[in-house]
Order: sequence, then C-alpha cells, then structure tokens
Amino acid sequence: MAPPPEPQQQAVRTKRNLLPVPAIPPLADEPHLEDPRASDVDEWGRSEHMRELTRRAFDPLYRRWFRAEWEGLEHIPADGGALLVANHAAAVPSDAPVIMHGIETELDRPVYGLADHFFKGMPVVGTLWARNGGVVAHPDNAYRLLHDRGQLVLVFPEGAKGPAKTYDERYRLRRFGRGGYVEIAMRAGVPVIPIAVVGAEESMPTLFRIPALARLIGVPYFPVTANMLALGPLGVALHFPAKFKLRVLEPVTFDVPPDKPRYSRSRIMDESEAIRQRIQEALFDMLRQRQSVWFG
Amino acid sequence: MGRRVLITGLGTFWGGRLAQSLERDPDVDIIIGLDQDEPKVKLERTEYVRSDENYSILSRIVQATKVDTIVHTFLIVDSTQMSGRMLHEINVIGTMNLFAAASTAGSTVRDVVVKSSSLVYGSSPKDPVWCREDFRRKDPVNTRVERSLTEVEGYVRDFAVDNPHVTVALLRFSNVLGPDIVTPLSKALRLPVVPSVLGFDPRLQFVHEDDVLRAIGFVLDRRLAGIYNVAGDGLLPWSEVARVCGKRTMPLPFVGANLAAAPLRRIGVELPPELIELLKYGRGLDTVKLKEEGFRYRFTSAGAVQAFVEAERLRKIAGDPDGSYIYQEDVETFFRHSPAVVREQSAEPS
Repeated sequence: MAPPPEPQQQAVRTKRNLLPVPAIPPLADEPHLEDPRASDVDEWGRSEHMRELTRRAFDPLYRRWFRAEWEGLEHIPADGGALLVANHAAAVPSDAPVIMHGIETELDRPVYGLADHFFKGMPVVGTLWARNGGVVAHPDNAYRLLHDRGQLVLVFPEGAKGPAKTYDERYRLRRFGRGGYVEIAMRAGVPVIPIAVVGAEESMPTLFRIPALARLIGVPYFPVTANMLALGPLGVALHFPAKFKLRVLEPVTFDVPPDKPRYSRSRIMDESEAIRQRIQEALFDMLRQRQSVWFG
Repeated sequence: MGRRVLITGLGTFWGGRLAQSLERDPDVDIIIGLDQDEPKVKLERTEYVRSDENYSILSRIVQATKVDTIVHTFLIVDSTQMSGRMLHEINVIGTMNLFAAASTAGSTVRDVVVKSSSLVYGSSPKDPVWCREDFRRKDPVNTRVERSLTEVEGYVRDFAVDNPHVTVALLRFSNVLGPDIVTPLSKALRLPVVPSVLGFDPRLQFVHEDDVLRAIGFVLDRRLAGIYNVAGDGLLPWSEVARVCGKRTMPLPFVGANLAAAPLRRIGVELPPELIELLKYGRGLDTVKLKEEGFRYRFTSAGAVQAFVEAERLRKIAGDPDGSYIYQEDVETFFRHSPAVVREQSAEPS
C-alpha cells in the first residue's frame, strides 16, 4: 500500500493514520502472508485515503467559510466507543461534515456518521458517502462500531425531520425518534455525548417544501431554500457562510449492564428526552449569546 | 459402527466433492449418492444411485440402507443453470419429498445437513453490514432462486420442529470462490472485463470451496443443530476484487441494469438479477456463531479471491488440471463389488 501523501497544510495533518485497516492475510491461520488488497477500504466502506482527500478539500470551508469554533472538546474521550448525538439542520446538512472534520482534525480520531439507507441506494453518492465514513443507520452497525470496534459514531436522532424543517422552526428540536440511540448506547456500554450545533440552520434555510415533488423523485423531502433563490442553481449545493459554533456537553452514561436483550422502554424514553432537553437548552443558551448570524 | 451417509446431488460439484472428502473419513461406513446425472469426480467407495429430481425412490433407499445422515447439497443457487420451473422442482419439491421420506415411520435418519445460501438474506441498502443468522430481510423476496431457497428453508424448519429427535443443521454459504467451482460470480471474474454497476462499489464476502466442505464436515462431526452462516473473514470492494484478478471493470447503467444485462446473455455473460443486486449493495455475513463452536477458517475472503486468481493463472497455462473423468457403471461395480478385487479396507478391523 502506498503511504498517504504528505499533507501540505498543518491544519489537515493528522498525527497518525486515523484507523489502520486490519490486514486480511489470505489464510486465516497464517497471519504472515501478504494481504492481496491494494486499497484501504475497511469493512464499513470507509477509506482513510479518501477521508484525507476530503479533509483537505473541506478544510478551507471549515476554517474560512463556516469558521467553526468548538467548546468542550475535552468531553470526547481519546479512545473507546462513544455515541455522538447532535441536532440536525440545513436542507443539505452542513453539520455532519463539520462535526466529523472537526473531531478528526482536532482529536485525531475517526468518526463514523450514521445516516439513512437512502444514501446507500444512490449511485456515486452512496459510494462516496461510504468512503467518507457514512454507515447505514442500523442498530447492528452502530453496536458493532461502538462495542466491537470502539469507534466514535455520530448520529442525528431527529433523522430527516431535522433538515426537513422550515426556517421558522429553526433551533426547535424535533422528536428524537423512539430513543433507539439510547438503547444502542446502553447495549454497547458506551456514553452518549450530546453536541449542540449553532449555525447549520442559517447555512441553508428551507423556506418551504414541495411534498408532491419529493414523492415523485423519491426523496425524503424536497426543500426550496433561500440559497436557491439567492444563488440560483448554485444554491442547491452552496451554503451561506453562517458562523458555526459547536458545544460538546457532558457525556451521559447509563448505569445499566451492557448486552442485555432488552432495556426498560420508559427508561429509554426518559433518557432520550433528557438528552434532547439538554441539547435544546444549550442551543437556547448559545443563541442568547450570539450577536450575529454571520460573525457569531 | 460408523455413519451411513446419504448425499443428494452426487453429480453436482458439491455432492461429488463432499463424497470425496467423506470417503477419507474412517468414521463414515457407507456413502450413498443420489442424482439424475452420473458423478463427475472419481469416487472410491461411494455408491451411486440414479434417481429423478423428486427422489421418488428415496423412502425405499432409506428403508433398505438404514442411513442415519442425510446431506442435502442438491439445492440450485445458480439461477442461470435452468428454467424457473425446473429450479422450483429441484429445490422446493425435491426438498419436500426428501423430508417426507426421511420422516416416515421407522426412519433411521438422525442427522440432516442442508446446504443453503446467503441469497436468502437478499441484498438491499437497508441491510446491516453484517447479517446474523436471525436477520429477517425487510425487502420482498423477488428473484425466483431466492424465493425457492426461502421456501426450502421453511421446509427445513418444519422438519426440525416435527422431528425433534433429528439434528438439523442449515448452513448458509456466502459467495463461493476457489480453484474449481463455477458460479455466475466466478464466470463474471473470468471475463476480459468484469461487469459492475455504475456508481456502486459494494463490499462482498467470499468463502473458499475447501472451507465450505470443511464446514459441512465440521457440522456433521459435531452434530450441530441450527442455522449457521459460513463466510471468510473480511469484506472486499468489488473494484478491489477485479484488481486482484488483474481486470478492469465495465459498468452497467444503474437504471435498468437487468435490461442491459439481457443482451450480454446472448454472448454468454450470465448476470442473474440477484447478482446485479449484489453488485449494487453487497452483503456481509456474521460468522461468529460457527466460530464460537470452534470452527476455524483456512481462507479469508481475500484469500479465496487469491486462490481463485492463482488457479486461473495455472489454467491459462496448463489447461484444466483435473483430467476428465467419465463414470462407467460396469467398471465402478467391478471395483466395488467383484470378489476378484483385493480391498485394503477388509484387512483393517471395522
């Protein structure tokens, strides 16, 4: 395998290869044999090589466009699995790449992003998404990443309902699904780390939706965004330079034994609601302090 | 007393290979192989019985030979081999009759091993990366081979419930590769350019043909019951598989890939619909359950691909290494039963 090219910029440089792909020797019982593979795609479809390229391309956006600012990064453990839970916004969500890029460059830890299987079903997009750390949001996948592999996993419990909401509902969290993420964290025995994100909402605000069109082309929602009106076709993919502020909250641990076949449903719902509440309060607090959408 | 084993599909790749490996097992006394077609590999002591695909003579054979173990390898997983009707006849009706014969009063059958396929899991973007044995697919079963295997598995379950005294094991094998086996996937990898689906690069899992036989032998030996996934470690992107084979990929359009595959059939490139789905979304099997029983794989997924590539290189230079064997009934009968033949086994205490 060719060594990854020496990164130019200090900012994107990571101290170590974030995730050494486990070598697969051809014979299971003879580990000294050479792995015939040439690429570094892991079992989740992620390629560190590709991540490196993406980080390099995204870094100017992260630093100059969104000017992301973190607080509380020390709450994210240096090793071991943890489930990162954040609020989700913008018609084309800008929060996922910002969170993944931020943690990977600041902490040198890979982040796997869970998302709807909708992406995997799309040609090209699905492949690029997987190469960049996207994983289908299935409980089995999350459990394996957290428990067996001890990775950081990012999930947006609001699901598509978060980015689908219109501008007048900004920073109002939707239902956190049925709390499935809490159950996974309990089962895997890892903490949930809530993250409050301010800025994504204004980077691509949805003015209104066209449900009929969404149904027609088979997407979860079809938004008409301010970006489309302001920038025309370019606005489909280009975000406004809203200032990003991210606050990592205290990790939530659950005092339950891992790997149980089931956990109390009411306990799951209570924990989920409490986490949602904490993110909501942190958002309101951050918005109270924010003086400008563009400058923070 | 050793085991008395009946193998279905002796004329197929798996039946023949399994009989060969069971012949080396001193614990196996009798091996009887059923098939419409004659065995294609050289066998020393396996008794071949010609039967139709419905096993109409099976209950007589079970009565007469008092077999205690049935290994059902004759399930077609390659839908390009035959028509849908024939596939249904062999897989579903065949299995039904097999189990009917095995569960008649006075049946001596105590172990049944069925060789199924990971095709029953299907391949969809909704699936987890690794399917466990208890995974239930969410997408409808829409190809005929998947449908027939799902029905077969239903019969296996029913048989296990109705006959609690019989140990029933169902093995689901991932994509098999190796020096000898021919599947739609290995045929695709033999083409000058390897077909893929535009915009997709799925991760696939492979199992080496020897590990398949070892897994069947292992399950027979340990008398395991239940469903087990069998697949090598690791997943390989399809582009990587092509690269290991030294081939380029030729993408089919992602819309109407089945339609685009139709003209390819004319030139001998068979891409069944289940393979096209696989080339879009891939599939991984969780193999923890069989490993926990103590089974050790010899080959990983990458190793199975490499073994295939190496065999291909040899084939290119030296041709088919296995000489063509033709079954001749009178010759086989002579060697097995004529008093003129001095048999080594008779010297050993049985």
